[in-house]
Amino acid sequence: MNFDMPNFLPAMPEMFVLGMTSLILIIDLFLNERTRVVSYLLAQATLVGAFILSLSLYSGNAELSFSDTFVLDPMAGVLKMAVYATVFMVFLYSHSYLRERGLFRGEFFVLALFGVLGMMVLISAHSFLTIYLGLELMSLALYAMVAMQRDSRTASEAAMKYFILGAMASAMLLYGMSMLYGVTGTLELTELSRAVQQTQGDRLLLVFGLVFLLVGVAFKLGAVPFHMWVPDVYHGAPTAVTLFISTAPKLAGFAMLMRLMVDGLPGLQPQWHDILVLLAVLSIGVGNVVAIAQTNIKRMLAYSGISHAGFLLLGVLSGTPEGYAAGMFYAIVYTIMGLGGFGMVILMSRAGFEAEQLEDYKGLNQRSPWFALMMLFIMFSMAGVPPFIGFWAKLAVLQAVVSANLMWLAAVAVIFSVIGAFFYLRVIKLMYFDQAREQGSLKPGADLAVVLSANAIGILALGAFPGALMALCLQAMGA
Amino acid sequence: MIALSDYLTVGAILFGLSMAGVFINRKNVIILLMCIELMLLAVNINFIAFSYFLGDSAGQVFVFFILTVAAAEAAIGLAILVVLFRNRRTINVAELDSLKG
Amino acid sequence: MQTITLLIVLAPLLGALIAGLFGGTIGRGGAHTVTTVGVAIAFVLSALVFKQIAIDGAESFNHSVYIWLVSEGIRFEVGFLVDELTAMMMVVVTFVSLMVHIYTIGYMAHDEENWPEGSGAGINSYQRFFSYISLFTFSMLMLVMANNFMQLFFGWEAVGLVSYLLIGFWSVRETAVFANLKAFLVNRVGDFGFLLGIAAVLMHFNTLDYASVFNAVELQKDVTISIWPGSEWNIMTVIAILLFIGAMGKSAQVPLHVWLPDSMEGPTPISALIHAATMVTAGIFMVARMSPIYELSEVALAVVLTIGAITALFMGFLGLVQHDIKRVVAYSTLSQLGYMTVALGASAYAAGVFHLMTHAFFKALLFLAAGSVIIAMHHKQDMREMGGLRKYMPITWLTSLIGSLALIGAPGFSGFFSKDSIIEAVHHSTIPGSGFAYFAVLAGVFITALYSFRMYFLVFHGKERMDEHTRSHLHETPWVVTVPLILLAIPSIFIGGPYVGSMVFGDFFSEAITVAPAHDVLSQVGFTSAMGMIGHGFLTAPFWLAASGVFVAWFLYMRRTDLPAKIVALPVVKQIHWVLVNKYGFDDFNQAVFGGGSRNLGTGLWKVGDVALIDGLLVNGSARLVGMVSAVARHLQSGYLYHYAFAMILGLLALFGLFVVG
Repeated sequence: MNFDMPNFLPAMPEMFVLGMTSLILIIDLFLNERTRVVSYLLAQATLVGAFILSLSLYSGNAELSFSDTFVLDPMAGVLKMAVYATVFMVFLYSHSYLRERGLFRGEFFVLALFGVLGMMVLISAHSFLTIYLGLELMSLALYAMVAMQRDSRTASEAAMKYFILGAMASAMLLYGMSMLYGVTGTLELTELSRAVQQTQGDRLLLVFGLVFLLVGVAFKLGAVPFHMWVPDVYHGAPTAVTLFISTAPKLAGFAMLMRLMVDGLPGLQPQWHDILVLLAVLSIGVGNVVAIAQTNIKRMLAYSGISHAGFLLLGVLSGTPEGYAAGMFYAIVYTIMGLGGFGMVILMSRAGFEAEQLEDYKGLNQRSPWFALMMLFIMFSMAGVPPFIGFWAKLAVLQAVVSANLMWLAAVAVIFSVIGAFFYLRVIKLMYFDQAREQGSLKPGADLAVVLSANAIGILALGAFPGALMALCLQAMGA
Repeated sequence: MIALSDYLTVGAILFGLSMAGVFINRKNVIILLMCIELMLLAVNINFIAFSYFLGDSAGQVFVFFILTVAAAEAAIGLAILVVLFRNRRTINVAELDSLKG
Repeated sequence: MQTITLLIVLAPLLGALIAGLFGGTIGRGGAHTVTTVGVAIAFVLSALVFKQIAIDGAESFNHSVYIWLVSEGIRFEVGFLVDELTAMMMVVVTFVSLMVHIYTIGYMAHDEENWPEGSGAGINSYQRFFSYISLFTFSMLMLVMANNFMQLFFGWEAVGLVSYLLIGFWSVRETAVFANLKAFLVNRVGDFGFLLGIAAVLMHFNTLDYASVFNAVELQKDVTISIWPGSEWNIMTVIAILLFIGAMGKSAQVPLHVWLPDSMEGPTPISALIHAATMVTAGIFMVARMSPIYELSEVALAVVLTIGAITALFMGFLGLVQHDIKRVVAYSTLSQLGYMTVALGASAYAAGVFHLMTHAFFKALLFLAAGSVIIAMHHKQDMREMGGLRKYMPITWLTSLIGSLALIGAPGFSGFFSKDSIIEAVHHSTIPGSGFAYFAVLAGVFITALYSFRMYFLVFHGKERMDEHTRSHLHETPWVVTVPLILLAIPSIFIGGPYVGSMVFGDFFSEAITVAPAHDVLSQVGFTSAMGMIGHGFLTAPFWLAASGVFVAWFLYMRRTDLPAKIVALPVVKQIHWVLVNKYGFDDFNQAVFGGGSRNLGTGLWKVGDVALIDGLLVNGSARLVGMVSAVARHLQSGYLYHYAFAMILGLLALFGLFVVG
């Protein structure tokens, strides 16, 4: 039996993150309350280092390694860097929030970094095995993070629900994998796609497996009807954890969808296209409609996230590189907007007050015109109002849908986003036209103020100059 | 000789039973954890059966990974269960309904 | 150059953002410092640009800064065109704006008194005011510096928005709220035409860029379109008239003038800045900028000329019967805008734009002086309660006198050069309607002198008619108020002479403004220099008309103060007076026909169409439906884990049913 040394180079960032995380885990044992900031700084340094590594490894071609179970292609490079940047922002946002609530512990950063590692593996996965391992590494970290606030009734309930449903979804995903493995005899994605092309008779079994796979993916993205966990978990988890769950894993979820459908099962494109249409319509519809009835802003943003997941699917289902690029663009843009939205909740909250109710945003303009304006940027962008970046994201996926000759689908998406505009605008109405319940201006910490301002202004600036990001997505998809 | 389809049938029945267990059981969260274990075992049966009949060892390797992950998963699940019980003094599924709407 | 132009635009915007968003944090001093510095930067750089373009003869600058989007070959972009016309406008806008910023520090110093106790809207009103006027400066600069129609439209609407916000600035006053609503509605009528005009440009030229449009006009000049079957309209006429409808709204030409007098409900600094010096001249500027289009349509020019002449004459009459000091100045603004429009109609664009410039200075001066009087009178504006203020407020008195002399066109003052150029140009014009226009502008001179000096005598001379309490508090206003007055008085006297030769009769605007040889009236006027005009000035009809106007005003309001009441009591005059007091019935007509008619129509449509169909069925119906669906659907999210799991399994089975079995 000969054993070839695999090429470790493409996996350098993963190994770096793994090493650093283990290191932080050990170092944290020797830290006390006052010196805990070292863990935080090390965690941020890990992300920066990983970013530099990924950037230096970035090239236009795909590179396979570890017996073809691992791939580093432009899509993986871009998405990983987006993940690092997102988590970096998450840590910045969470820093003071965690401190005020006694959650500023090493576990948060270690778990989040293991989650990042899971996402990285998932993004670079090129076989069912790596997809499963990446997904589980990410999910297990997320379950634990939700339950981190040990004395919170809602957090533990949310964690339990998330865990049970998540485990069920990954079991379904596995069942689908086992079916496809049985039909094709391979776990590796390129061979799988070849085998699927050659299979003549047993289409039915393939579709059977495909449905299970898509349930797993849809669960991660929070697409209807596999979305039930989303509002409860976003609501119940500490806001810093919600911020994490609602952003970076979406990028990984998008990558998982791309790996499974586009890399692994292009032969079943007609079938998964139809399923994705159904999921997208349901998500956009349910997300936008149910959000209207919400009084809790975290739940509202959760439903908004469900509808955004639907839009993301619109880009992928068109089946063209331009469409995939539009989907990727949407995923990145959603991440930026989600950071802003939940970041605002963090900024408004303080120890003992979570700012979760929509009513807490009444009269924000009187208390702080600047942050009211920042929130206005974020809400407008989520609603898809030009010139904010959210508009271009929606435009890109709708163009993809239209070029796939699905005019009716584009029309449905537009109608529901008009309905959805209502609840975003309601936040703006509350901020600008209602009387504040509590007086006194809002005084967030300097770091939070800067991060949120940069985030919201970035939404505007990217909206003014969307070309570079779009070009990057197109390049990553080889379009 | 036991045919492939027999293994698959067992796997499917196990999987179906465990799925049903998740939503029929309204009493005890621990049963939910058991159901989830069972789902993974059903998948394992599928993988091993396929692996044997295809003559390909990758499926069995996969099963090892699933078993490992399942152990980790059970650990996390039980930890969450402990936290839940400490906060609520109950592990009744029907009482986990403060988050809704 | 690109950096400079960007800085000019962005400095006021930045000031406005800081003052508006952080007003509470930086306080009053911070707000007025940051906005004033922003505008001062814009002014200094504008002056620099003016020097480079106008004096050093640098090439005009036309450059895109940012492309927003390209759709089917049509570029939507932000870009700047800086030529002589723009450079002049930039200097005027930023200078007057700077003066107004300084003046506002004094005028709004006690603004909290204008708000009821505990009013939430009054919080940080001072900072908000500064934010608005800086935002206005930004918008106006975007408008004049645009190199394409989209940006022009942006600036057009942005200045309208800020004007709306400022007219209704004291939002707790009902009159202010009505006035800003009126301004908004009337301007919508104009903007509708304007937008149609831009749409027509886009349709026929397939571009929004000025340069490309102007290059193509010659080729398109004989194209006709039929608006309704059987009618053929020259495309240039259609575009020119539609754009002019926009100008009528913004520059308050009859019959869309009704909003301007009411806009005096806003604080005086903005009356000076927006409703006298800059925004209302946007229409004049726009027509001058579009001169290549207007030159191709005599019909459009005749329309412009006639509307302008009607405004110039008839709005002047209304100034005679007003008692509110600001309204007199407002009607004089209307009349002067009419003069500018007449000049445009006579193809004397340079004279119109020149009058725009001189008018900006002396009218801003008059308004600020009126504001200074108002401050001294404790916010009383009725001239019947003033009189004899000269000895209490010497600086205000002297600067008002300068402003009034400039307004009536006394030889040597800036207004003389611009107004006489217009009158002479109209005299030589052959456009249909120029005969009437010539009569209107001549008669207007007399009227202008009469109402200006009526106001001057009533306010500064004669008996002191105010109550004892007010009299005891009368004193000159603080330096932040008087310094802008003095600084504006200087150009009001001197800006005319040195520039009239080059700007009106020379080739200063030759790159920016196109005049067809057949229409070139300014070259026929005969004199080309300031001294020639002054020498000639004492001999002409306008001078004697103005002088007699001043004399009549003096006689009626100083010597025989009993006479005005007696004259009004005369049978025929009484009816005329009634007509004038009712402003020719425009307001009542609008109220009855458009207001009432559209209200009745609206009520009808509202009951049938809106309430029953649209609201009942479509909007509220669908909103209610969505709301109901939403309320029901959220109950699906029951909170029970087994329901969630069940939903997932149902979803799985549904997908099976649809895609595997089916």
